[in-house]
Amino acid sequence: MAPLSIIVTVKQVPDTNEVRIDPKTNSLMREGIPSILNPEDANAVEAALRLRDEHGGTVTAITMGPPQAEAVLEEVMCLGVDRAVLLSDRAFAGSDTLLTAFTLSRAVLKLKTFDLILCGRQAIDGDTAQVGPQLAGFLDIPQVTYAEEIVFVEGVFRIQRGLEHTRELVAARPPVLVTVNASGPVPRYGSLYALAGACSGEHIKLWSAKDLNLPASMLGLGASPTAVKKIFEPDRSVKGEVFEGSEKEMAAQLVARLRETGCL
Amino acid sequence: MDFSFTRAQVLARDMARSFARTELAPFAQERDEQARFPAEVIAKMGSLGFMGMCIPREYGGSALDGVSYVLVIEELASACASTAIIVSVHNSVGVYPIYLMGSEEQKKKYVPDLAAGRKLGAFALTEPNVGSDPASIETSARSDGDFFIINGTKTFITSAGTSDTVIVMASTDRARRGRGISAFIVEKSFPGITVGTHENKLGIRASDTCELIFENCRVPRANLLGPEGAGLRAALNALGFGRVGVAAQAIGVARCAMEKAVHYSRERNQFGKPIGSFQAIQWMIADMATEIEAARLLTLRAAKLKDDGRPFATEGSMAKLFASETAMRTATKAVQIHGGYGCMKDYVVERCFRDAKVIEIYEGTSEIQRLIISGSVIKK
Repeated sequence: MAPLSIIVTVKQVPDTNEVRIDPKTNSLMREGIPSILNPEDANAVEAALRLRDEHGGTVTAITMGPPQAEAVLEEVMCLGVDRAVLLSDRAFAGSDTLLTAFTLSRAVLKLKTFDLILCGRQAIDGDTAQVGPQLAGFLDIPQVTYAEEIVFVEGVFRIQRGLEHTRELVAARPPVLVTVNASGPVPRYGSLYALAGACSGEHIKLWSAKDLNLPASMLGLGASPTAVKKIFEPDRSVKGEVFEGSEKEMAAQLVARLRETGCL
Repeated sequence: MDFSFTRAQVLARDMARSFARTELAPFAQERDEQARFPAEVIAKMGSLGFMGMCIPREYGGSALDGVSYVLVIEELASACASTAIIVSVHNSVGVYPIYLMGSEEQKKKYVPDLAAGRKLGAFALTEPNVGSDPASIETSARSDGDFFIINGTKTFITSAGTSDTVIVMASTDRARRGRGISAFIVEKSFPGITVGTHENKLGIRASDTCELIFENCRVPRANLLGPEGAGLRAALNALGFGRVGVAAQAIGVARCAMEKAVHYSRERNQFGKPIGSFQAIQWMIADMATEIEAARLLTLRAAKLKDDGRPFATEGSMAKLFASETAMRTATKAVQIHGGYGCMKDYVVERCFRDAKVIEIYEGTSEIQRLIISGSVIKK
């Protein structure tokens, strides 16, 4: 069996455990908030590394973001990723999920061959879960979402999907795109051995819009069909209701209220 | 003047933090109680590059700079001070002197296994009658053809029981005192070495501390580390770097104590409010935070001087002195804030308090640090 060529997409996100929303402007208060590797992307990276460790081959990480996003590529290289590409250009700023997926698809095509693309299910900043499926769409390859476990047997990926109440086993021939859940393989620890190599910049390429031959009509905020209008904290307050009367009366009121709200 | 870290330094710190939180913190209390050496954790750390942090890649190390090294040690110590000292002693005085002083042959033979954590290193200077005055070492090494014959007893040796190699300081010429001390790479499998009493310590209990007894121990001449008579200088150089690591360890312990105290002061209510709302507690926490920050800056400065190839012995001593005393003061206040609970073994601050006391003593007591610092200041 030939070694596997695996691409994994990763994103640098603000640590949302620390993010607060400015109630006046409804924007994320990112000042001083540490940036981290998106948690489900770490599961995707681990899935990629396990497949490579077992079958041989290479794992290439791609991220799109500002120059400082190179930090997540260095981080995944400390986990064992072989090489990485940073897609960074001022023209990419404001890309929505569709344009992000399009840009990523151009980078994947530039890398030429691949057997498997792994993505985290969704990023903790936007929570859209759209980029993986859209990327598969642009590349016109099959996709399997919500993966928990991926094995490669006799030229076929066997993917266990973790759905709400069930597990589903899907077989897919390469090339295929798979998005990985947080319940996927647990990320390994980074190695200090790999640090010097990871931070040398030797294995990280920087590609701009020009390198990807992207037309202006497919770049950034202006070309994005969607835009975030408002970010707000949902009102999670729950009001209790008190019924009064005899036990029988209260029970009747309760049943009526439950019917009214569609609970019964 | 730039106080920011490089991305590599941040990454080293974050990797250590993630490992320490998951692998060290949950079991630190249990290891302390049982005085159990964390062999399985040390093996894992070896495979992740923690055991040869400042050794170049060509000898199997991680090639970190000194600043990254102290950031890593602080993280490890904030979770488990015992593990931090095992790692720190191994790195700074177990392996580094061989890399620094060793012949090419010695480096190739010993450093890669030590740097990968396949083997553990120790350093034997202290003796029952020799602590702060190393020039008066009683352990002797007599030349005998292609060998040296070592006789004597070393005491309070970190990782003495679990290590594979020990850098031993012994006198090859008693008349020359300090200038007659030589360093030897001694394999524990050499005949004539006995591991003595395993000490039952106040703090840092999961690190194994034992006596090493040498009775006509035959060490090949090829294992003489550096020139004959240059051992004490080598020891003091190694301890100079070691002290910066111990300072980082002290900061980790202090930080742990402070974090626990802050957490407790938010949760504990007296007189109808959290005790953290009382000025008596707030002032203690303010002092802790300020002293920890000052200790960290001193330590990072010493590490940066080392990275720049500049002398750092005085700054290293200042860092060790201030950081270890900060750890003691912080842990004392943290126990005080916890009140009666702080005296209970179930609370982490009780362990921090015991660990901090040990840190004020080993790798040069506070008094010896003051001697070094004052010597340097008065000489100027």
